Amino acid sequence: MIEWFDSNLVSILNGFAIGSLLFILAVGLSIVFGMMDVLNLAHGALFLVGAYLAWSLLSDGATWGGFLAALGIAALVGLLAGGVLSVMTEPLARRPILDQALLTLGVSLVVAEVLSIVYGNDALSVGAPPGLAESVSFLGRSYPAYRLALIGVGLVLAVVVYVVVERTSVGALVRASVADREMVSAMGIDNRKVKVAVLGIGSMLATVAGVLGAPVYGARPGLDDTILILALVVVVIGGLGSVKGAFIGALVIGQVESLGRAVLPDVASFILFGTLALVLVLRPRGLFGPRKLAGT
Amino acid sequence: MESIVADTGATGGRPGGGRRHATLLRAVPAVVVLVLLAAAPFVLAPFATTVLGRILVFALFAVSLDLLVGVTGLPSLGHAAYFGVGAYTAGIVAIDVTSEGVVLVLVAALAGAVAAAATGWLAVRSSGVFFLMLTLAVGEIVFQLTTTLDSVTGGSNGLYGIPAVRVGGTALTLAGYVYWFVLAVFVLGFAALWLVSRSPVGGVLRGIRDNEPRMRSLGYSPFRYKYVAFVIAGALAGVAGGLFALQVRLVTPSEAGFTTGALALLAVILGGAGSLWGPVLGAAVVVLVRDALGPTLEGHGPLVLGIVFVLAVYLLPRGFAGLAGISAAVQRRRAATRRTP
Repeated sequence: MIEWFDSNLVSILNGFAIGSLLFILAVGLSIVFGMMDVLNLAHGALFLVGAYLAWSLLSDGATWGGFLAALGIAALVGLLAGGVLSVMTEPLARRPILDQALLTLGVSLVVAEVLSIVYGNDALSVGAPPGLAESVSFLGRSYPAYRLALIGVGLVLAVVVYVVVERTSVGALVRASVADREMVSAMGIDNRKVKVAVLGIGSMLATVAGVLGAPVYGARPGLDDTILILALVVVVIGGLGSVKGAFIGALVIGQVESLGRAVLPDVASFILFGTLALVLVLRPRGLFGPRKLAGT
Repeated sequence: MESIVADTGATGGRPGGGRRHATLLRAVPAVVVLVLLAAAPFVLAPFATTVLGRILVFALFAVSLDLLVGVTGLPSLGHAAYFGVGAYTAGIVAIDVTSEGVVLVLVAALAGAVAAAATGWLAVRSSGVFFLMLTLAVGEIVFQLTTTLDSVTGGSNGLYGIPAVRVGGTALTLAGYVYWFVLAVFVLGFAALWLVSRSPVGGVLRGIRDNEPRMRSLGYSPFRYKYVAFVIAGALAGVAGGLFALQVRLVTPSEAGFTTGALALLAVILGGAGSLWGPVLGAAVVVLVRDALGPTLEGHGPLVLGIVFVLAVYLLPRGFAGLAGISAAVQRRRAATRRTP
């Protein structure tokens, strides 16, 4: 057992790094849908925007200045994009949920195509900032320092999001909106403002995750779909609108993606679907989903 | 039950003696279109004929998706999985066993149906956005399989060297003959989907789309009906995939990918979900923009399609079919005001 653990340590750590990234993505997706009933299929495209942003600022040599600037710009771009998406989906608020999802799907096609026009179709790699680019020794194995830092960032963010959602008045608003949006609106809270804020923050998390993920995944066409699907699987497993669910789901899918592919490379795709199938058969609303889902 | 079928049936003629006459009249445009399509190879250049054939293939795929999206109310983003399964199966059978056209189409249909039966069992248990996500996941997994199973599918290079399709032992080498074969299968496939949609089963599916709890309380099993619809749609997507393989003679993983599924959904939305003929027009627009307009845009046809997608969601909530519906409604209203001055 210990031997097995030792030989697969790198895969397990990779799984945590992927999981950490997936959490940042999925929590945005999950809260936006849970609160506002907007399934944002442009989430993956926003991730890719962040990744290409990182490449633009770091391709001449990775510096901390460039990395932090990329994070800052990505956060700003994400907020703006969320605002735009919020305005765009507003006329469709009274139409079925599917129409809003289709709108974001169209937006994601456009964004991905524009990115491929600007940056070409080659896979681009991005270096980690100095100090994190080397490998460090961890439990007797050498492991890239950046991925360890990524795990740390994911954990810190998970704690921050948990505290905000569970312990602050803003979080109370979030939880109330997930439970019953119409009642929140009846209590005198402007739904549209909440929507702009929630979509802005959700999209910001996606672009920031793109920058954070760039040294691991790089930037290439098609990455947006891969990432979007992984994030959706996390959200479905964890349950819509649940922070705890997004966290557990991200950890599980991170390990399936990394350890699963390392141990059983041929059937890894089936494991991913199998996990999803198992959870949905046992708990159709996800592990921590709401008992009653409004609007479906 | 009767009332639901009658209410939602778009072609329900007026009661009484005029009904048969009206039905016959309605068949006229279909016959005209069919004659025009059959005559196309005599008029069009070979390249245009090939594009038209591609439109028919994609149209059959879009109409099979419409059975799920429009008739049953199950928005699937992973329908390309069954298209891809059909295309790869037909391609592999053509290379290793026989390239007899009828066999290829039947094998592709079977493969699509089996794949849909295996995955639909889980997918149709969910609804709405959950269904969207589940089908997305299924589609992605099939896509990954096509790239990783190198020995079977040729990996990311694709499956090439598919021999020319044969009918009755004769290889069809001319674009026109292949086109007629595609047209014949398209007509049969479309007719099958139309019959399902017009049958009592189609009525139940519409009932489930509009009010599932009520259908359940009436004694229908929504799961069973949705599952049947899913398998039929999968089989016909497989047929479309098989046609694709024997027409293009190259199958790449992108055929099973996310973009193919998204474009099919665009064709359905653009044409009008639930109308069957609308998605055929939607598919024509999609293929024309991607294949005919694409090269002049340096391969960035998807950009135009994305913009069309966004506009269609805003402006055409019921697609081209909705536009036709509006003009019909205006005519009816005019007729009504004339009768009651």
